Amino acid sequence: MTSKRFFAGFLLVSLILAGVVSYYASSNPDGLEKVASDKGISAKEKNHSLKDSPFGDYGVKGIDNARLSGGLSGLIGVGVVLLVGGGLFWGVRRRGSAGADPAAEQDEKVPSETSRKA
Amino acid sequence: MHVPDGFIDAPVSIAAGAVAVAGVGIALRGARRELDDRTAPLAGLTAAFVFAAQMLNFPVASGTSGHLLGGTLAAILVGPYTGILCVSVVLLMQALLFADGGLTALGVNVTTMALTTVVVGYGLFRLLLRVLPKTRASVSGASFVAAVVSVPAAAVVFTLIYALGGTADVSIGKVAAAMIGVHVLIGIGEALITAVTVSSVLAVRPDLVYGARGLLKPLELRKAEQNTAEPRPSRA
Repeated sequence: MTSKRFFAGFLLVSLILAGVVSYYASSNPDGLEKVASDKGISAKEKNHSLKDSPFGDYGVKGIDNARLSGGLSGLIGVGVVLLVGGGLFWGVRRRGSAGADPAAEQDEKVPSETSRKA
Repeated sequence: MHVPDGFIDAPVSIAAGAVAVAGVGIALRGARRELDDRTAPLAGLTAAFVFAAQMLNFPVASGTSGHLLGGTLAAILVGPYTGILCVSVVLLMQALLFADGGLTALGVNVTTMALTTVVVGYGLFRLLLRVLPKTRASVSGASFVAAVVSVPAAAVVFTLIYALGGTADVSIGKVAAAMIGVHVLIGIGEALITAVTVSSVLAVRPDLVYGARGLLKPLELRKAEQNTAEPRPSRA
């Protein structure tokens, strides 16, 4: 499988999970929420300061259909995380030039890779 | 397992924030060695996958659900430093866009769900691979066990933080028992998702799985040894 095809498939799976499957997720409290309400921790909970933001609580404000609202917010989330994360990782990544990075030379695997490229 | 605002007092929230900043700083430096032109896109996609999977709460016990944390999974796929960054990006976006996880609790959430899961999960994964035979099945099995343990480990760290800076007057022993108990169950779900995902990537593109790299290299070496050994008998 080519990298391009693999990456496209991986993204498609994420989009389907967030956009479609998420509608069928359990709406029960998660482990922490359950323990917090059982043991009296939740009494001190404060509302989220961005509670009324456009995508607050995994919905899109103004869309009443739960399936559409939740699914759309999931798709937007996948897109935003991909852009922010991908941008960060692309910026941080090791560039091709051999031996340019002193930190990379300390890694025993890297010199062989760079020398192979050179 | 997203901690909302108000659970942890200000001093401990700030301290956890400092731990999170330090951890993410170390991860930013370390990720440079893990990321190149090919793995950087994979890391972005892994973060997106963790976000998507975190939306899928699965039932674990009566009236309780759990979802993937993803630290172990991300670390195995793209490396531990990058794995910390993947989960941290997800947590940051959830807090900023989706009002999931308090803004003042971001340091706590990064410490428990990004740092703890990766350090414990990936550390255990490497330890297991050291003693297990070097096969794909071992990678899948080790990812399962590591993921199971990483979730109650995050619950333990949350409980420790709560013991230091919890705002309600509750029995820490009871909180610890309840947190660990339910998160062992959630850990099984985490482990299933992690093992299935790692196995799926191993099946189609084993070269892209960071945690399986040490496993593929010895195979290449053995091949080379056979080649050099072959001429000897023919010479004799």
